[in-house]
Amino acid sequence: MRKTTYIQAINEAMRDEMRRDESVFLIGEDIGHYGGLFRVTRNMMEEFGERRVIDTPISEQGFMGMAVGAAMVGLRPIVELMYMDFFLVCADQIFNQAAKMHYMTGGLVNVPLVIRGQQGGGKRYGSQHSASVESTFAQFPGIKVVAPATPYDAKGLLISAIRDDNPVLFLEHKMLYFTRGDMPDAEEQYTVPIGKADIKREGRDLTIATFSYSLLQTLEAAEELKAEQGIDIEVVDLRSITPLDMESVLMSVAKTGRLLAVHESQSNAGIGAEIVARAYEEAPYLLKAPARRLGMAPAPIPVSKPLEEELLPWKKNIKAAVLEMMR
Amino acid sequence: MAEPSLKASVPSADAAVTESAAVLATEQLLPMYRMMFLIRRVEESLLELAESGKIGGAMHTAIGHEGAAIGMAAALRKDDYLTCTYRGHHHSLARGMDPQRAICEVLGKAPGFAKGKGGSMHFLDPSLGLMGANGIVGAQVPHAAGMALASKIRGEDRIAITFFGDGALYQGLMHETFNMAQKWKLPVIFYCENNRYSEMTPISRTSSVDEIYQFVRAYGMESIQIDGNDVEVVYEAVAKAAERARAGEGPTFIEGITYRLSGHMAGDLETYRSSEEIEMQRAYEPLTQLHQKLIDRGVPEEDLNQLRAEVEEEVQAAVEYALEAPWPDLAEAYTDVYQV
Ligand SMILES: Cc1ncc(C[n+]2csc(CCOP(=O)(O)OP(=O)(O)O)c2C)c(N)n1
Ligand SMILES: [Mg+2]
Repeated sequence: MRKTTYIQAINEAMRDEMRRDESVFLIGEDIGHYGGLFRVTRNMMEEFGERRVIDTPISEQGFMGMAVGAAMVGLRPIVELMYMDFFLVCADQIFNQAAKMHYMTGGLVNVPLVIRGQQGGGKRYGSQHSASVESTFAQFPGIKVVAPATPYDAKGLLISAIRDDNPVLFLEHKMLYFTRGDMPDAEEQYTVPIGKADIKREGRDLTIATFSYSLLQTLEAAEELKAEQGIDIEVVDLRSITPLDMESVLMSVAKTGRLLAVHESQSNAGIGAEIVARAYEEAPYLLKAPARRLGMAPAPIPVSKPLEEELLPWKKNIKAAVLEMMR
Repeated sequence: MAEPSLKASVPSADAAVTESAAVLATEQLLPMYRMMFLIRRVEESLLELAESGKIGGAMHTAIGHEGAAIGMAAALRKDDYLTCTYRGHHHSLARGMDPQRAICEVLGKAPGFAKGKGGSMHFLDPSLGLMGANGIVGAQVPHAAGMALASKIRGEDRIAITFFGDGALYQGLMHETFNMAQKWKLPVIFYCENNRYSEMTPISRTSSVDEIYQFVRAYGMESIQIDGNDVEVVYEAVAKAAERARAGEGPTFIEGITYRLSGHMAGDLETYRSSEEIEMQRAYEPLTQLHQKLIDRGVPEEDLNQLRAEVEEEVQAAVEYALEAPWPDLAEAYTDVYQV
């Protein structure tokens, strides 16, 4: 077993799939010659050339639209959005085009497109470069959404996303890029299925359903709560937002009787609200205490470090929410 | 109301690089005439169905625009990709879409090619290279460029053509696409059906540029303005653009001047233009032009009457078939959200 960074895991997934499948190509800003603003596509142009690693002008609508078109005729584009906030610049191509295409065409056209890039707060990039977008995407049937937290899951899920015949949004987090984790040897093939959660910590008292960087914050909070209060938290890493693995969440709640959903996108009308609502709809009898969600407070993300940390659903806020629920 | 300045369907002198010439044999023109009449009758029948309340939503017919579709279909290969706008019945039928299934789709009936889920604004048939009409102005244009990019990546010689209206030129993604297509020499043809209106607004009231074909010259792209109502002119322009594209010389922009004789969509009150204006344009419309061409070449009127009678029957039967056709199974509401 070796260890790799999250960045390296993503880079390897793309490299392996491009070696395996001629129809996979990369397109985006600064991804080729420079290797990506965050160096995620490093060395790709050297290996695969300008034909399959395409540096674009700053034209998100145009190149997202072209990727959709190329996918409609069977190629497998991987589009990098430099910051996920920029999805709004090309939202029509993502939602009205890619996500609806299979349905509108009565199943005649597939759009095997991957949109990937980093999101999230924590690095003081401010309001237009820090948003988390999974809840918005969850409103649109037709596109899958995954947000892995570990290098292992990132590599396995990206391979699954590339092989999927539907559009998939692959969400990275800027705070995860340099984290390291266990990784099978490079030759060892594996995938992580889309739509399957993973228990990252076992516990008896309360279930936290989360994903992406919030998972790391949750695991830290769980250790501290155990040491300080003796509270034993089970952590369900959703890994996929669409489709949502509610079954795993409810299995855990059957054990703990308490549910808290944590994520960095907005709390208001966010995916956590959906998880809580579904718990009440599908298995209200499992809940010993009111289920809750903790997302981003209703404000854009500020630059100032203490303000950013005040608003984000990180360790301090997670611990406070848990303590309230256990009272 | 401001009177739009409308020239007849003739290109400006400085832009006309193609002239009407007998580039196609009479035997080639006859099936084109038949198809053009079929498209016209399908569109007119659809308008009647809409008036009687059998078609909901927004249905845009292409009456008067047929020249672009017919000329294109003759000039391109069957496997060349095509994307177009919500005003796209004519392209699809010209490329060989079954009129029966087309009408079913507009009515939302089960035998429609998209099982009634796409409707009038989303005509497609990938087996005919028809990769989709689009309800969002301009959105289909980068799709075609992406298909051209796919051909380039695969090293194939399939090219792509995309149709859009004059109104689409004012969408930002068009210009993003023009720039990349030219920079990367993509095998794509940008065909603008300039009918001089976007919805109810004449472009003279919204555009800061008088001649649409000039836009892309800023990107260094080959660009021409033609009489889009003359099938031979369209044929020649598209064939030449296709040759350039296949030879790796990059994209071509074609502005085909045309005129929409029907309303913007079924139910359009048409308060924004005069009946004189429409009458004036009838002299230039594609069906009249093609009919005259054939008569001038000595085709007997009776032969054309015979063709038209056949088409009338075919279209009538297609309408009846569609009206009788079943609705989709309710389970279809939930399928095709994802490819499984
Ligand atoms: C993005 C977007 N904005 C507005 C509309 C509404 N709309 C439908 S057709 C149309 C006019 C387009 O005009 P043009 O491009 O000239 O095409 P034409 O209808 O004349 O063929 C408008 C504004 C739309 N469908 N999409
Ligand atoms: Mg127009």
